[in-house]
Amino acid sequence: MYPQEFLYTKEHEWIRVDEEIGTIGITDHAQKELGDIVYVELPKPGEHVAVGESFGTVESVKAVSEIYSPVSGEVSAVNAKLANNPETLNTDPHGEAWLIQVRLSDRSEIEKLMTAEEYEAYIQKEKST
Amino acid sequence: MATPTGLDLKRTALNSLHKALGAKMVGFGGWEMPVEYSGIIQEHLAVRRAAGLFDVSHMGEIEVSGPRALSLLQHINSNDASRLKDFQAQYSALMHPKGGCVDDCVVHRLAEEHYFICVNAANTDKDFDWIIQHNPVGAEVRNVSGEYSQLALQGPRAPEIISKVTDTAVAGLKYYWFCRSRCCGVEGLLARTGYTGEDGFEFYFPPAESEKVWSTLIEAGRPEGLVPAGLGARNTLRLEAGYPLYGHELDEETTLLEANLGWIAKLEKGEFIGRDVLLEQRVQGLRKKLVGFEMTSQGIARDGYRVYAEGKITGVVTSGSYAPFLKRNIGMAYVSPSLAEVGREIQVEIRGKMAGARIVPLPFYKRSK
Repeated sequence: MYPQEFLYTKEHEWIRVDEEIGTIGITDHAQKELGDIVYVELPKPGEHVAVGESFGTVESVKAVSEIYSPVSGEVSAVNAKLANNPETLNTDPHGEAWLIQVRLSDRSEIEKLMTAEEYEAYIQKEKST
Repeated sequence: MATPTGLDLKRTALNSLHKALGAKMVGFGGWEMPVEYSGIIQEHLAVRRAAGLFDVSHMGEIEVSGPRALSLLQHINSNDASRLKDFQAQYSALMHPKGGCVDDCVVHRLAEEHYFICVNAANTDKDFDWIIQHNPVGAEVRNVSGEYSQLALQGPRAPEIISKVTDTAVAGLKYYWFCRSRCCGVEGLLARTGYTGEDGFEFYFPPAESEKVWSTLIEAGRPEGLVPAGLGARNTLRLEAGYPLYGHELDEETTLLEANLGWIAKLEKGEFIGRDVLLEQRVQGLRKKLVGFEMTSQGIARDGYRVYAEGKITGVVTSGSYAPFLKRNIGMAYVSPSLAEVGREIQVEIRGKMAGARIVPLPFYKRSK
């Protein structure tokens, strides 16, 4: 079940928006596709992210995957836990393993994102192709 | 995330079984193969601590027989097949005139006039065509890949597990020897070979019996901790063991000496394809040298990343990954021979940024006896 309070991207990121701050992570579907995650590269607080652009990478044993930002803004926090425990992304991608927090510069961007229902339908369709 | 397409990929006899087990499938060397079941790290650790079962039926088998068999093998292979006794095997290279190889392989002798060569899946057709075209002596050569399924049972518990399903006295089966054996009720060839750096066996048998052999082994091995293992773990295991992979450490241009495979290049045995290039290199020196390295700063070196030493580009990563048992990021790379000493600090360019690494001895991992 995908959390109702999150919004989702086609690249399998989620965002939870509280006032001006968006907390961003990758979805359970993403971590399943990636397999065992062994390394995460994230920006530093103060850096800027732009909607639809890569802000870091998540690495599994076999591959490097870019992570794309659902919104534009300034990075206000980075999850320090992931440096030593990247495998948390496999066990709790929607909770403990949030990636970054961003101060939104354009709230209207979230209107383009998918709801939990829309995202679930989207991944069902992906699976059948 | 791209999903693999199943179009035009060959399938082993266990394809449906892998999917039923929930394996993630991937296209590899023209085959649809399981890359992982429960996860690469878990499967890798199981092989190091207990055992893993790999479907390697995609690999090829080429039979060489008749009175000219040994003569052909000596011509096309780097290793000395005349040293083989019945039911003995040797790692070898199918040589290219440039001193590199067309494939690496394992040559098995059944009898003085009967051998089979196990070759890489991606190269089977290429290898067969090559051997046919380089057979001046007229030995009989057959591509018998379709006649064999192949399973690899690898790990410290492998002898216990295989003993439950065969009457063959495996304690007497030495490393790189094989025998005719009835395993899981099926007649085949049982070899004490493998590509993981652990003790283990590879069983060659008729494809029609694949599900029976797999299921019987899985059941017998379950109490010992046996798990199905895929190509993902197969790669991280062989990397830790410092084994080369064709297309990465090995190709037609890279000589055996450059690839640290001088030990399978028996230059004294007499003529073989590419021997003159190796003899010359022994005198003139190598153009590059294969080394192992481990990362000393954050980041994982991946295949194809550039390697720098003393501020200049010196080579490229041929295989790089996180190593699940060693819990380090490691890799192999070709560097200038003058810079190839153990302990040297080098840099790997990871997506535009330099990351520190150090040359370490190969292999990274060696099993305790």
